[in-house]
Amino acid sequence: MTENGQRNRSLYRAAITLACAAAFYELMARSGYFAPALMPTLPTIFKTLFATLADGTMIEHAAYTLYRVMFGFMLAVVVGLPLGILMARFQRIENFFLPLVSALMPIPSFALVPLFMLWFGIGNLTTILIVFYAATFPMLFNTWSGVRSVNPIWLRAAGAMGADENAMFWKVIIPGASPFIITGMRQSFLRAWIAVVGAEMIAASDWGLGWVIFDAKEFLNTDLMLAALIVIGGIGFAFERLVFGSIERATVQRWGMSRVAKG
Amino acid sequence: MQDAITTIAVTDAAARAPGQERWRKHANNIFPFVVMGTLWEIVARVGLFPRRLFPTLEEITATFIRLTVDGILPHHAIETVLRLLAGFGLAAVVGVTIGVLMGRSRRAEDIFLPLVSIGAPIPGLAYTPLFLLWFGLGDFSAILLVGFVSSFPIIFNCWTGVKAVKEIWLRSAQSMGADDRRIFRHVILPGALPYILTGLRLGLAQAWRVLVAIEMLAAVPWGLGWMIFGAREFLNTDVMMAGIAVIAIIGLALEKLVFQRIENYTVVRWGMMGA
Repeated sequence: MTENGQRNRSLYRAAITLACAAAFYELMARSGYFAPALMPTLPTIFKTLFATLADGTMIEHAAYTLYRVMFGFMLAVVVGLPLGILMARFQRIENFFLPLVSALMPIPSFALVPLFMLWFGIGNLTTILIVFYAATFPMLFNTWSGVRSVNPIWLRAAGAMGADENAMFWKVIIPGASPFIITGMRQSFLRAWIAVVGAEMIAASDWGLGWVIFDAKEFLNTDLMLAALIVIGGIGFAFERLVFGSIERATVQRWGMSRVAKG
Repeated sequence: MQDAITTIAVTDAAARAPGQERWRKHANNIFPFVVMGTLWEIVARVGLFPRRLFPTLEEITATFIRLTVDGILPHHAIETVLRLLAGFGLAAVVGVTIGVLMGRSRRAEDIFLPLVSIGAPIPGLAYTPLFLLWFGLGDFSAILLVGFVSSFPIIFNCWTGVKAVKEIWLRSAQSMGADDRRIFRHVILPGALPYILTGLRLGLAQAWRVLVAIEMLAAVPWGLGWMIFGAREFLNTDVMMAGIAVIAIIGLALEKLVFQRIENYTVVRWGMMGA
């Protein structure tokens, strides 16, 4: 079978599975076994989704969530990346930060939500800080192990060819560690995405996809809840596949380093 | 000459009592905590923030001891750990089964892969309100959610692991007359085990991360997440900090005692992975 035929067959089967799952759900919803308020039919869900997209509320919620997640994620990269490099390059810095990092890492970010709510109130700041806390560790850890695992032969070869510290850093260490760094970014974004939804639910503010879901529960708006769930899944999927996929193709795969990285 | 001197220094260091070396390592590990503790104490005592919101270390320790002696903290901790184990156990059984099936049978892969790849990018916590509506507040929803959330990494890793078993191993086992059952038990399972263990590890970590939030949202009567969340109402920051400390200890223990042990006993011993 050709590669193309294989793919078509997989797509075809996937479509069948999804259709079956949808039909099953629809059957359950229409059977009346569950209250319609708790299990709305698929047309209702999509009607709600399009209505909220059309009047802009869903887009505004998504914009708030994206703003928080990007802000927190950027902060995590800005802190985690340099600190990871420093830890890998300087023994003294590693000695100081490694015990702290290993002690803080097992604390789930959500455990800090109530504390941050007391300190910083309800709203953007708390959510962004939670996202930052959740996203920093994968970034830091991957950068650290990436820089440490740069093949020493490359370093010696570059040194023998007369590369100075500066060139060594930018031309050898950074490209060498890049598969790990990009994996770190990917993992941190995933963490950030989970954290932002959870933080929005607990530290409820007025906007945000997590807040919509949680708020919809109060009024039994299950259709709105599921619509928001679809938007959350869509954005997460888009980032994972499109953004990070293309970054990986443009950097790591082009440089022929993809074998080194482990997802 | 330079070399000779360093060699002497190195042998000198090695000749020193091993106890001293170990002591030095501990001191190195403790030092950063002392620095952070001192900073915390200074901020708390200077009075930048109200004392209720930023208690001193002494108050936190006193609360920690008081709650432990009263049995409140252990009760919360035990409930949380039980919930974690129940949810993770569910995820492990279901996840490994589906993952291995997906790896072995083309049909199972075609059926499950689309569902799993659609479910995976949605953060598990987003399902919380839905589960609460469907299954009510309390333990049942919480455990089901933890299981649901942590099954995704397990499924993915088992699937990859079974698919990554080398074709040559299978063929050579077959040509040596192994039947399907033997191949499964003696070739596929050990071959995929590093991946399966990685999946279980990721699953447990994920379960641990979301459990605290789920406890806050699902209104379970006991549990560390609930304790922290409830303490907020009364501005009991010291109770909160004690709860966070217990959460950190459990998390660290999970990592060091459970998974590193399992890995040493199985995968490293079979030579599938470096120590």
